[in-house]
Amino acid sequence: MEAFFTALTQHAFLQTAVATALLASIGCGVMGTYVVVKRIAFLAGGIAHSVLGGMGAAVYFGLDPLQGALPAAVAAALLIGWVRLHWRAQEDTLISALWAIGMAIGVLFIAKAPGYQADLMSYLFGNILLVPRESLWFMLALDVLLLMIVAVYHRQFLAVVFDEEFARLRGVPVEFFYLLLLVLVAVTVVLLIQVVGLILVLALLTLPAAIAGHYVHSLGRMMLIATLLGAVLGISGLALSYGPDLPAGPTIILLAGAVYVASASFRQILDRRRVRLAAARHGASGTTRENGS
Amino acid sequence: MSPVIAPVISPVIAIRALSFSYAGVPTLTDIDLQVADGEFLGIVGPNAGGKSTLLKLILGLLQPQSGSIRVLQRSPVAASRLLGYVPQHPSFPRDFPISVEQVVLLGRMGRNRRGAALDLVWPRRTPDVDRAAVHDALAEVEAGDIAKRQIGSLSGGQLQRVLLARALVGEPRILILDEPTANIDQRMESEIFDLLKALNARMTILVVSHDIAFISNYVSRVACVNRTLVCHRTDAIDGTVIQELYGESMRMIAHAQ
Repeated sequence: MEAFFTALTQHAFLQTAVATALLASIGCGVMGTYVVVKRIAFLAGGIAHSVLGGMGAAVYFGLDPLQGALPAAVAAALLIGWVRLHWRAQEDTLISALWAIGMAIGVLFIAKAPGYQADLMSYLFGNILLVPRESLWFMLALDVLLLMIVAVYHRQFLAVVFDEEFARLRGVPVEFFYLLLLVLVAVTVVLLIQVVGLILVLALLTLPAAIAGHYVHSLGRMMLIATLLGAVLGISGLALSYGPDLPAGPTIILLAGAVYVASASFRQILDRRRVRLAAARHGASGTTRENGS
Repeated sequence: MSPVIAPVISPVIAIRALSFSYAGVPTLTDIDLQVADGEFLGIVGPNAGGKSTLLKLILGLLQPQSGSIRVLQRSPVAASRLLGYVPQHPSFPRDFPISVEQVVLLGRMGRNRRGAALDLVWPRRTPDVDRAAVHDALAEVEAGDIAKRQIGSLSGGQLQRVLLARALVGEPRILILDEPTANIDQRMESEIFDLLKALNARMTILVVSHDIAFISNYVSRVACVNRTLVCHRTDAIDGTVIQELYGESMRMIAHAQ
């Protein structure tokens, strides 16, 4: 650990990596909260994996893979959102198909890419140490865009995420905001791909928000805590992986998973204790009140 | 005894020759219904008889295959903001991280029609008038003390009151309730209907129920829905009417008042 912080003061690539983790944690906390409470992790998974199609195409045409990732993520979000809104009967079949088709397209493009063969593994599992400095500006722009849209429309998002039917009755354009939400999830996926790659994105999108949900009970607080957790988990994972030279992405994910399991168990112990205490108080008072109010 | 066919002058709800089917199976056939301003209409009928479907058509959540619906002289979709709706089953997960206050506040959406484009330049805070309305609505349903609670921690009766407050906070002209007392005990059922009776002084109310005997103490007219619709004044409901509605095998039990 200490070696990491010493190295951090000396190596620019480590500083970039830490900045990447911090920028990614904003999307992870804000949009991850929506993904968790709306229970759309499967849709987010579909978006994340089909992004490989866009990255592959970008590599094939000699562009930066990130430039392909963003339009591919947005297209996948709109397609998957449209399936969810209009083709509900076969929703899971179609989303799984899009998930796999996107990846297949990406693999074909990469296989046929001329010249230098891109490193498939770094797209799938991320390589935070190789993020170029210019990407930080791109990530910052995405974060600012995301925060602005959520700040302006958070009431509409809450209405749609909480109760679509009631939101529709209040005149909220539900389909528009549902699709906008998925597009922002897609933007977040692109942010997080830099850190952990597209296969592991799902864990970083859901685990910090789910851990926050164990302790706080409002969307705003969940977002704040999930963002802080995302930052802490990202940087700790990076630090842990540095000494033994482990890949950073999987280390971050394992750390997040471990913290989630610990937190879920802790929450369960707290809940049981509360039930027991309540039962004890109930017994001591010697009354059997109806569960009236 | 005979069905009431009273022409209503400028009704708040006017349904003509309405038919609706789910995937080819007719749910409602040739429905005619007029609801006058200030009426308290009970809608009864067997399960899967089309009661909830009729409500969703009035709310504009479903579109009829044929016939017409006018609500407050508008299309149902255009009128939906002027309606208050209490669903039979809440369509949100009970463990959603949200407080009672916030749930009720969502019922104020769509009231001030400031364009969202303006929000982009100048994001707005919750106006005091909305906060006051939430406070009043919760007080009206006697749920002021649970305003800060999480919805996941409420009992069935408390949740029902919160859903009613969410419908009332938008100051609806018509209140529409789908089996509002299905999941609560009988004492609370009377409390809720007493409350509705009081609300009826300032708004039209439509309430679906499976308990025809109970609601006939409160409502002024009963619409019996079982694919078709027949209206009865509440004083005209007797064994024959109930048997027509539910079929021959229905067993009658007389209640002492």
